[in-house]
Amino acid sequence: MPSPTYVAIATTTVGSGGASSIDFTSIPQTYTDLVVRLSGRSTTADADMYISFNSNTANYSRRVLRGNGSAASSTSGSDRYVGTIDSSGETASTFGNWEIYVPNYTTSNNKSYSIDSVEENNATQAFQYMIAGLWSNSAAITSIKLEFIAAGTFAQYSTATLYGIKSS
Amino acid sequence: MPTKLIVDCSTGVTTEVELTAEEIAQREADAEAAAQAKADEEAAAAAKQAEKEAIAARLGLSAEELSTLFS
Repeated sequence: MPSPTYVAIATTTVGSGGASSIDFTSIPQTYTDLVVRLSGRSTTADADMYISFNSNTANYSRRVLRGNGSAASSTSGSDRYVGTIDSSGETASTFGNWEIYVPNYTTSNNKSYSIDSVEENNATQAFQYMIAGLWSNSAAITSIKLEFIAAGTFAQYSTATLYGIKSS
Repeated sequence: MPTKLIVDCSTGVTTEVELTAEEIAQREADAEAAAQAKADEEAAAAAKQAEKEAIAARLGLSAEELSTLFS
């Protein structure tokens, strides 16, 4: 029975000036799957995050299941949307948790990904997301970028870590 | 000036870089496109919900009964 390994490849923490995006580059091609975990908050009301692989912004699609504490809904679209983290509207100094799993990132087939995230808010409403996504591209993934494409900015102390998963 | 963080996984080093004017313009264009896509998506979801409620009404079901049926 193979033993999968879970290795922290790189991590970063946002400084006092904030950041509009976090871009993991030069990703090693020696793992089977990739995981990014983010503890994050936006300094503005905009907390909608978008992803891109290899700086490519085309040929993405996704299906979203969303709950807010009282109701559930689903949406779909052909874009890079990957849910929200805490915005300036959530309780001060709280951070949302967000994780993406990208299996077989070096394959020449299209790349699927799944996302599990939840906001933290001391109120009756906090959003939770489950997202299934697809990037229709044959290139191996060498970079992953998380960004706000409107006014959002990652707040100080937001932390993202890229992990590699290897089956040995 | 907005900045971006670039994490080089081969070295583990994070570099903070200011966005160029071109990147800022692209960001604004992307934001407009995303807002339009989101509005279209919400309109489609609202239309679908209205259609469901119309069907429920034809069947003599309330919105709550329809929700119970499919939850």
